[in-house]
Amino acid sequence: MIPDLGKYAGAVLSSYGASLALLAALVAVSIWRSRRALRALREVEERVKRDG
Amino acid sequence: MGSIWEYANPKKFTRTVDVVLPPVAVLAVLALAGGLIWGFFFTPDDYKQGSTVKIIYLHVPSALLAINTWLMMLVASLIWLIRRHHVSALAARAAAPVGAVMTVIALLTGAIWGQPMWGTWWAWDPRLTSFLILFLFYLGYIALWAAIENDDTAADLTSILCIVGSVFALLSRYAVNFWNQGLHQGASLSLDKEENVADVFYYPLLVSIGGFVLLFVALVLLRTRTEIRARRTRALLARERMI
Repeated sequence: MIPDLGKYAGAVLSSYGASLALLAALVAVSIWRSRRALRALREVEERVKRDG
Repeated sequence: MGSIWEYANPKKFTRTVDVVLPPVAVLAVLALAGGLIWGFFFTPDDYKQGSTVKIIYLHVPSALLAINTWLMMLVASLIWLIRRHHVSALAARAAAPVGAVMTVIALLTGAIWGQPMWGTWWAWDPRLTSFLILFLFYLGYIALWAAIENDDTAADLTSILCIVGSVFALLSRYAVNFWNQGLHQGASLSLDKEENVADVFYYPLLVSIGGFVLLFVALVLLRTRTEIRARRTRALLARERMI
């Protein structure tokens, strides 16, 4: 399945592995922060509405 | 269609992101997967560089975004300084970690590619050095936002830092032309077709660049909406404390 990368297999595969891992981490952290910010805002807004 | 300044309203911006983000994210995943799979599995080795040429589909798009993210932050910072729109300052803040990660990917893949081709992981070449300095500017910019409690003061100071750092963003792009020395080659893509890489590498590279750009847009929209919500939460908490 993987093409024959010859003597440079280590260089090519480590480039793809490291880059995709960094991109995946960036996306995961961005989504996690987005959900946390929405949850925190809803909590405060509900409290403000309740307490007037 | 209304004026672009309507999107300076945080509520309008957030509502627009809610609608625009899902299709942009899907397009980003499709283009990125398409470009990388095409480049990795279905392109030949280069006659000089062998299979290392496949690194181009990561290295060129990430380097391109490392520079252009800073330029987007510059425009957003100038809008903040001139028109005082909070959304633009928050968009610059939201983009910085994305630009920093793109710079790391460009530096990392460049080092891994450089080792077999140049015989060294690193050289104090004008383009490599200016990229490293650009990365340090990203770190400084992110740290400055985190260090200042008042949002407006943080936006003012980081905007000034962004203007100063723009010199290095431009140097990263044009260092090869300015000094005409060092190991790094000139641009892989150009409006002049003669200077471009061969078509067999060029088309998957364009798709990969499209995927990276769409991913950048999706992430900046998502992260700007996060910053707007976090700012609103801080404002409500501050008001609560005053009562």
